[in-house]
Amino acid sequence: MKTKKQTANYSAKSEVAQFKTKKSFSHVAKRELKKAPFTAWLGMIITSAYILIAVFAPLIAPYGESEVFPIPFAPWSDEFLLGTDQIGRDILTRLIYGARNTIGIAFVTTALAFVIGVLFGLIAAITRETFIDQILGRLVDVLMAIPLLIFALMLLSIVGPSAINLIIIIAVLDSTRIFRLTRAVALNVVVMDYVEAAHMRGEKLMWIMKREILPNIMPPLVAEFGLRFCFVFLTIASLSFLGVGIQPPTADWGSMVREMAGLIQFAEFDTQAAITPLLPAAAIAILTVAVNFIVDWFLHKTSGLKDE
Amino acid sequence: MSKTKIKKTSSLLEMKDIHIQGYSDEKWHDIILGVDISLKRGEVLGLIGESGAGKSTLGLAAMGFARPGCKIIKGKIIFDGIDLIKANEQTKRKLRGSRISYVAQSAAASFNPAHRLIKQTIESSLHHKIKQTQLAKQEAKELFQALQLPNPDLIGERYPHQVSGGQLQRIMTAMSMSSRPDLIIFDEPTTALDVTTQVEVLSSIRSVVREFNTAAIYITHDLAVVAQMADKIKVLRYGKTVEDAKTKIMLSSPKKSYTKSLWAVRSIRKKEKKSKTKILSIKKINASYGNGPLVLNNVNIAVPLGGTLAIVGESGSGKSTTARVITGLLPPKNGKIIYKAKELPKNIKHRTKEQLRKIQMIYQSPDTSMNPRHKTLEIIGRPLEFYFGLNKSKLYKRVIELLEMIELDESFIDRYPSELSGGQKQRICIARALAANPELVICDEVTSALDQIVQEGILKLLQKLQKELNISYIFITHDIDTVRAISDEVVVMFEGKVIEQGLKSKIFKPPHPKYTELLLSSVPEMNPNWLTKILNKRS
Repeated sequence: MKTKKQTANYSAKSEVAQFKTKKSFSHVAKRELKKAPFTAWLGMIITSAYILIAVFAPLIAPYGESEVFPIPFAPWSDEFLLGTDQIGRDILTRLIYGARNTIGIAFVTTALAFVIGVLFGLIAAITRETFIDQILGRLVDVLMAIPLLIFALMLLSIVGPSAINLIIIIAVLDSTRIFRLTRAVALNVVVMDYVEAAHMRGEKLMWIMKREILPNIMPPLVAEFGLRFCFVFLTIASLSFLGVGIQPPTADWGSMVREMAGLIQFAEFDTQAAITPLLPAAAIAILTVAVNFIVDWFLHKTSGLKDE
Repeated sequence: MSKTKIKKTSSLLEMKDIHIQGYSDEKWHDIILGVDISLKRGEVLGLIGESGAGKSTLGLAAMGFARPGCKIIKGKIIFDGIDLIKANEQTKRKLRGSRISYVAQSAAASFNPAHRLIKQTIESSLHHKIKQTQLAKQEAKELFQALQLPNPDLIGERYPHQVSGGQLQRIMTAMSMSSRPDLIIFDEPTTALDVTTQVEVLSSIRSVVREFNTAAIYITHDLAVVAQMADKIKVLRYGKTVEDAKTKIMLSSPKKSYTKSLWAVRSIRKKEKKSKTKILSIKKINASYGNGPLVLNNVNIAVPLGGTLAIVGESGSGKSTTARVITGLLPPKNGKIIYKAKELPKNIKHRTKEQLRKIQMIYQSPDTSMNPRHKTLEIIGRPLEFYFGLNKSKLYKRVIELLEMIELDESFIDRYPSELSGGQKQRICIARALAANPELVICDEVTSALDQIVQEGILKLLQKLQKELNISYIFITHDIDTVRAISDEVVVMFEGKVIEQGLKSKIFKPPHPKYTELLLSSVPEMNPNWLTKILNKRS
C-alpha cells in the first residue's frame, strides 16, 4: 500500500486495496519450484525418469519384450544384465517394458475413474438432498462396503482377465472414492452465491458444473489424482501377482514378482538370484513413494498451511 | 484496588514509533508507519479507520504480537514497565490472556463448538493458574450477570451454537474479563451484530469496563459507536495517525479534512418520488424452508416502477427470504407474485429466460458472488452471451461499455476478483446485473461489507443508473442511514411480518409502531451521550 495524498475526489478506478498483482503462470510455477522441498524434487526426478523409460522403452531395452532365449534362469552376465526368467526372457527388458504397461494401464484406469467419479460427484453435489443424490450415495456405499481387492478379483474371474476388463472394473470400483471426495469439496462451492447467480440466470446444469464448480475444486482433485494413481497402480500389481491382472506375454511388474518369487529361497547360495524377484517389487515401491512425495508437497501447498 | 489507584497517573501502555510490515506478493509492505499510543489505566482508546488502515494490526501489536506474515520492525512497546519487543515468547505468553486480553470480531468463529461456554470462559484463568476452578466459575457467573446475560447461572452450561450472536459476543467479553486483565483489546466486537442487539452489547461492555477500571483499545470503523465507548480517539489511515484527540473535542471540531469526511453524515439525499404504477407486487406470501416454521407470514409488498423500495429489519426478519421468493429460488407455499400485471411462476424452473432476465440480483458479499476463477470479461460477458447471444468482438465492446458505466475502464477486463478491491468487486457485480438489461434489480445488503467512502460511491452509482436506465430497485438493508439516502418507499419487517409500509417521509415521521421505534432509536448517533440517553429512556 502506498501512502497517498488524502484525495477529496473519490474515484473507483484508483481505489487501492491489498489486491494481488498479476502473475503469469510460469512465474508462479518457477517461484513455487524454487521453494519446493528436497523430497518433492526427489519425487519429481524419479517420476520423470519412470515416464521417460516408459515412453522410450523400445529404444532403451536391449531385447524385444517377449523375446525368448534358450537359457531359463540365466545368472547376471554381460549378455543378460539381470539374467533371464523361467522361460528365458531378459529380465532387464521385461522391467523396462513393464514400466510402460503397468504405468500406462494404471494411468488410464485412474483417468477413467476420475471421469466417472467427478461427473457423478458433481451431479450429486448439485442435486444435494434429492433422490438422485440419495441413489448415487447409497450405491457408492454398497460398492465401498465390499473390499476392493476381493471384489475386483471376483469380477475379473467372472468376466475374464483382459486389459480392458481390468481397466473398467478397477476404474468403476475406484471411482467411488473420487465420487465421495468430489461431492464433499463441491458441496462447499455449490452453496456459493455465484452458483446461485448462475441458477438464477437460467444456466444449464452441465454449464454450471463445468464452468462454475469444476475450476474451483481442481486443486484437491489433482492431489487426489496422484494419490489414487498410487493405489490403482498397487491394486493392478497385486491383481497381476494373484494371476488375474495383466496377462502374459505382456510384461508387468506384478506378475514378474509372482513368477520369480521362488528364487528368493536361494538367498543363502546366490544373492544375485535372490535379489532378482525383488527388482520389480522395488520398481513398484519406488514409484509409489516418489509420487507420494510430490502429492504431499502439492497437498501442503493447496491446503493453505503455512510453515510457521 | 488501592494499588491501581496509585498507578493510575502513570501510563499502562506506551507504544512509540511503531513500524510493522507485512509480507505478501513476494514483497514486504508497510502496514504501520510510526504510530504512537499511550494509554493510562482505566482509559478507553478508540481506533478508527477504513479497512486496510492497520487498525487490527496495531491492536495486536499492543500485545507484542504480529500475525503470521507480519513483523514489527521498529518501535517500542512498553506494557506496565515490561518491554514487549525485547521480552521472550514465554513472558509474552504469560501476559496474554492474564493481563492483556483480546476480543475478536466474530465470536461465532472464535469459540470452539465442542466445549461448553463456561469452560472456555475460564480457560485462560485456569491456564495461567490465576484462580481455582470453583472461584473462577463463580466469578464468571457474576460477569455474566454484569453483562446482562439471561440466566447467568446456567447459560455457561450451553454450547456456542445454543446462544445468539449478541450473547456470544458478550460471553466473549466475559472470557476476556475473567482473568481481570489490565488491558482489553476489542476488535470490532459489534460489527457483526444487528443495531438492536448492538445497543445491549455496547452498554454491557461499557459498564463492565468502567466497573473494573480496565483500560481498553476499541477498534471499529463506526464513528458513532466509538463516540459512546472511548475517552479519546485516534484516526488511522494508510498506517499513519491522521488525528488524535479527546472524544468530545474530536467530535465537535475535527481538524483534518479526512476526519471531516468521515464525520460528514451521508451527503446523498434522494427526494422521494411517488409512483402509482407498480412494477412488482407480492401478495399474501407464506414461505418456509422445507417443512420448518413460516419464515414469511402473509407478506404483501409492492415495488414502485422506476423507484426504490427499501426493506429494513434485523437479521432473521425475513428480508433475504423475501428476495429469494421474488427471484423464484424459494417457491412460496401460497400467495401470488405479480410482475407488470402478469403473474410470475413461483418456481424458478418454470420461468422463461426473458422473465429471468428482467429481474436481477446483487449480493451482499462480492467475494462469494463472483467465481474466483473467472476474469471480469467472463463474469460480465456471460449474461450477454447467455441472454443476447453476443459473440467475440461485440461482447468485448459491450463489456467495456458496461465497465465505463460503472466508472471503471478497459484495464479491468482481464482481472480476477482477487485482483480487485472491495468496492471494485461490488461494481463488477453491478455491471453483471446490468448486462442483462434488467427492469428490476434486487440489492441484498450491497453496501454493508464496504467502507463508508466506498459505500457512498456505490450508492451514488446506483442512483445514477436508476436515473439513466429507469431501473426499479428493491434495496434490502439493516442500515437506516442508507434507507434515508436512497429510498422512495420503505417496508419494515420483523419476524417474517411486514410491520409498516409506505413512503419514506411517512415511515420516518413519528408516531411509529413499537418495533420501528426500537429500530430507529437503536441506530447510534454521533452524540457521545446517546447511549446513556437511550438506556435511560428504555429503562
